[in-house]
Amino acid sequence: MEWETVIGLEVHMQLATQSKIFSGSSTAFGAEPNTQANAIDLAMPGTLPVLNEQAVRYAIMFGLAVDAPINPLSAFERKNYFYPDLPKGYQTTQLAEPIVGAGHIDIELSDGSTKRVRIHHAHLEEDAGKSLHELSFAGDSHGLSGIDLNRAGTPLIEIVTEPDMRSAEEAVAFAKKLHAIVTSLEITDGDMSQGSMRFDVNVSIRKKGSDKLGTRTETKNLNSFRFIEEAIKLEVSRQIDLIEDGGKVIQETRLYDGEKKIARAMRSKEEANDYRYFPCPDLLPVAVDNETIEKIRAALPELPNAKKQRFIADYGLSNYDADVLTAERALADYFETVAKVSGEPKLAANWVMVELSAQLNKNNLNISHSPIKAEQLAGLIERIKDNTISGKQAKQVFEVMMDGGIKTGESAETAFISANDVIQQLGLKQVSDTGAIEKIVSDIVDANPDQTAQYRAADEGKRKKLLGFFVGQIMKASKGQANPGLVNEILLKKLQ
Amino acid sequence: MHNLTIAELLAGLAQKRFSSEELTLHYLARIERLDAKFNSYITVTPELALEAARSADKARAQGNAGSLAGVPIAHKDIFCTNGVRTSCASKMLDNFVPPYDATVVTKLAQAGVVCLGKTNMDEFAMGSSNETSYYGPVKNPWAPDCVPGGSSGGSAAAIAAQLCAAATGTDTGGSIRQPAALCGLTGLKPTYGRVSRYGMIAFASSLDQGGPMTRSAHDAALLLNAMAGFDAKDSTSANRSVPDYTATLHDKLDGLRIGLPKEYFGKGLSAAIEKAVHAAIAELEKLGATVKEISLPNTELAVPCYYVIAPAEASANLSRFDGVRYGYRCENPSDLFDLYTRTRAEGFGDEVKRRILIGTYVLSAGYYDAYYRKAQQVRRLIKQDFVAAFNDVDVIAGPTTPNPTFCVGEISDPVAMYLEDIYTIAVNLAGLPALSIPAGRVDNKPIGLQLIGNYFAEDKLLNVAHQFQQATDWHRRTAPGIE
Repeated sequence: MEWETVIGLEVHMQLATQSKIFSGSSTAFGAEPNTQANAIDLAMPGTLPVLNEQAVRYAIMFGLAVDAPINPLSAFERKNYFYPDLPKGYQTTQLAEPIVGAGHIDIELSDGSTKRVRIHHAHLEEDAGKSLHELSFAGDSHGLSGIDLNRAGTPLIEIVTEPDMRSAEEAVAFAKKLHAIVTSLEITDGDMSQGSMRFDVNVSIRKKGSDKLGTRTETKNLNSFRFIEEAIKLEVSRQIDLIEDGGKVIQETRLYDGEKKIARAMRSKEEANDYRYFPCPDLLPVAVDNETIEKIRAALPELPNAKKQRFIADYGLSNYDADVLTAERALADYFETVAKVSGEPKLAANWVMVELSAQLNKNNLNISHSPIKAEQLAGLIERIKDNTISGKQAKQVFEVMMDGGIKTGESAETAFISANDVIQQLGLKQVSDTGAIEKIVSDIVDANPDQTAQYRAADEGKRKKLLGFFVGQIMKASKGQANPGLVNEILLKKLQ
Repeated sequence: MHNLTIAELLAGLAQKRFSSEELTLHYLARIERLDAKFNSYITVTPELALEAARSADKARAQGNAGSLAGVPIAHKDIFCTNGVRTSCASKMLDNFVPPYDATVVTKLAQAGVVCLGKTNMDEFAMGSSNETSYYGPVKNPWAPDCVPGGSSGGSAAAIAAQLCAAATGTDTGGSIRQPAALCGLTGLKPTYGRVSRYGMIAFASSLDQGGPMTRSAHDAALLLNAMAGFDAKDSTSANRSVPDYTATLHDKLDGLRIGLPKEYFGKGLSAAIEKAVHAAIAELEKLGATVKEISLPNTELAVPCYYVIAPAEASANLSRFDGVRYGYRCENPSDLFDLYTRTRAEGFGDEVKRRILIGTYVLSAGYYDAYYRKAQQVRRLIKQDFVAAFNDVDVIAGPTTPNPTFCVGEISDPVAMYLEDIYTIAVNLAGLPALSIPAGRVDNKPIGLQLIGNYFAEDKLLNVAHQFQQATDWHRRTAPGIE
């Protein structure tokens, strides 16, 4: 039996506002528990919510970026359920009248084709606090749970897709494209490891060719692209095994443990709450007029797809390179600075994607905390371009710059070392003086009469091999500093 | 001193006939001596009151006194007061001391009032008789076996017993106007959004509105001047300027068009009240008003509509009382479910539980359309009735209540109790302003005339009420035995 996978996503994304969606408390991550929760966040009696306009603006930006209509009159509702990290006993969210209507995001598949994933809608809501169970406590906690309300009231938009994805790869491609769009809009910090974007995946399977949807399960709170992929693959094979063994998929909520690579059921549909949604009487409907929308549209930054096309056209990048470099706004900006300052876009792309990325990964840093700034990297590339150093020497210089940057860190801005300084310190000048190179070449050719004779007698194929021998000797004699291009040129003349 | 209106107290203070400190000491002594009989206060705050009185006296001496400097009032215990226990008359909040003031409290404090304490009320403002209070029922100074009405019954009794000069109240379905009527006072429910709800513990957010309870329309105007206004902390508060409500009190009523809804004079209205209300309206005609009969055809739907919407909102508003962060928590909960269920079972009284259950039911899957959605549709019809009526009239008049005050324990059927609010509830559903003024007596018990105005026409209502009070003296009568 051939099975088809059907996937829809719900994405909870924290908006990068300074304060919470309904109160003035800070949204900064990592503060001491409950230090960023005021009377409103604590749901003290008599307190009232006031909508953060920046959150509305960010939601509109998102809507425009995915080609969705903005609801001129959206409304907040109360979703009622009891939980200790939900202080009011209801979550203020949108249901019947979400702020962002139906839109879409185009993703590129591995075969180069493009696929459109439809977005059903996106709505604004508040995040809950965090429950810290026993494990999180040091020492003797006697089964107590702690509540941290710092996160309570952080603005979220929830993005709900149609069930348009057909594989884990498509879901991941969508997630990455979404991440690229929202980070380029700078409406979220996009830091998935800290919960800024959390994905719920709805997965079902059906016989290939069927147009009926199977029973779906929802795996909640996946916070990395890898977990999305693993959880979907695991769930698809679970469902196939289940059905092929004569069983049935039950509609349920599941949790995926990315460490142990296992998933378990959390609750079934029968156990689901009746949330008793109704319009929140404390908040007026959110009215957005066309003028506001057009103002926001005019100020939208360049979106990843447009940027990618521009990188291909202006910098001659390959489709793949352009894709990688536009996945994140900070990365794209970094690349573009290096390319412009150095005037060598292809070298810039290579250095950013290969050497820099490897070093950042190794040191667990993201591009905005790179120990080497874009201008510095451009400075290094300039020295390659003007033949001051070879590519090999450049790697050596790069490592020193990287170490220096890591050691001095962001605290000492001026301590970032320039490529020129490193080149000077290490005495790494590439020798491009024709006279000096001619002398070395002469010496080596004279010192190896046998090989010289062999070369002169040999055919094309053999000559190439012998040429390599001479170049190796010459580079060794010059301590690697001779300009390889010049060495080749002069050597060939000498051997004629 | 204790039978003076705010206007008279302000004159006395300005003329240095007495200081605010003397006045405050006098009221505190009366509360101490008399309130055991009425139970109108839950919390009395003598130190804070005297401190405020002294600073009001000082401000007055320095010539920078606020508009109400030194006037002793009381706040309904639904308004949060920074550092002073705010219980909402519930065991659930018996230990709750807010770290903030309600906006109404702040604004009145800025005007210089002296707060004597916090008044008794129905638990979470749910009731029409002040019998649901965790702190026990309040007695009506006019008839000590009887109720003062509710839910702002403590505020009403405290003014009628002359234990404060005026008080704040809140009105979700009549909770200012009905006790004002039953205790012989002036009580104004402003237009929804005229007075900030911030720090006022929510019962039904789309209906709740704070307002003044006073001895006269003039006093109500003085208090409303200080209470009203836009508040950035309340998204539903109206962003429009506040007129000086005392400026129009003296306007003549010539040409005033009064509408009498025929539905307000039908079955269920006590004949004696009907007679008294007609006499009061005749008085207004003498002052130049013209009267015509009007119809508010959806009147009979108001009570059932209200008892869907108000409990629905309340069921969510009261979810925060879960024993986790503040307020009552049951002893030794065995787990989270036990914490929730016992905290709420032990912390809430019967009427509150009844309304939470009703509200939860009408919002439940499968019932929402039949109840909540239908009630919202009915609410729009009720509002349209009023909008249509105000095309032809300036003010709508009628009885505030169908009956005068009743004995404590006399009405035990919840529905019968709900029907006591039949003339007041529609006003909240429509969001209109309305006031009740004393308009006579039935068996020596006060009864009220209700005047309903168009949106933000508080000035007109206060003007009509003041003119009536210039021509009559019902509002100056003191309950028997109050000296």
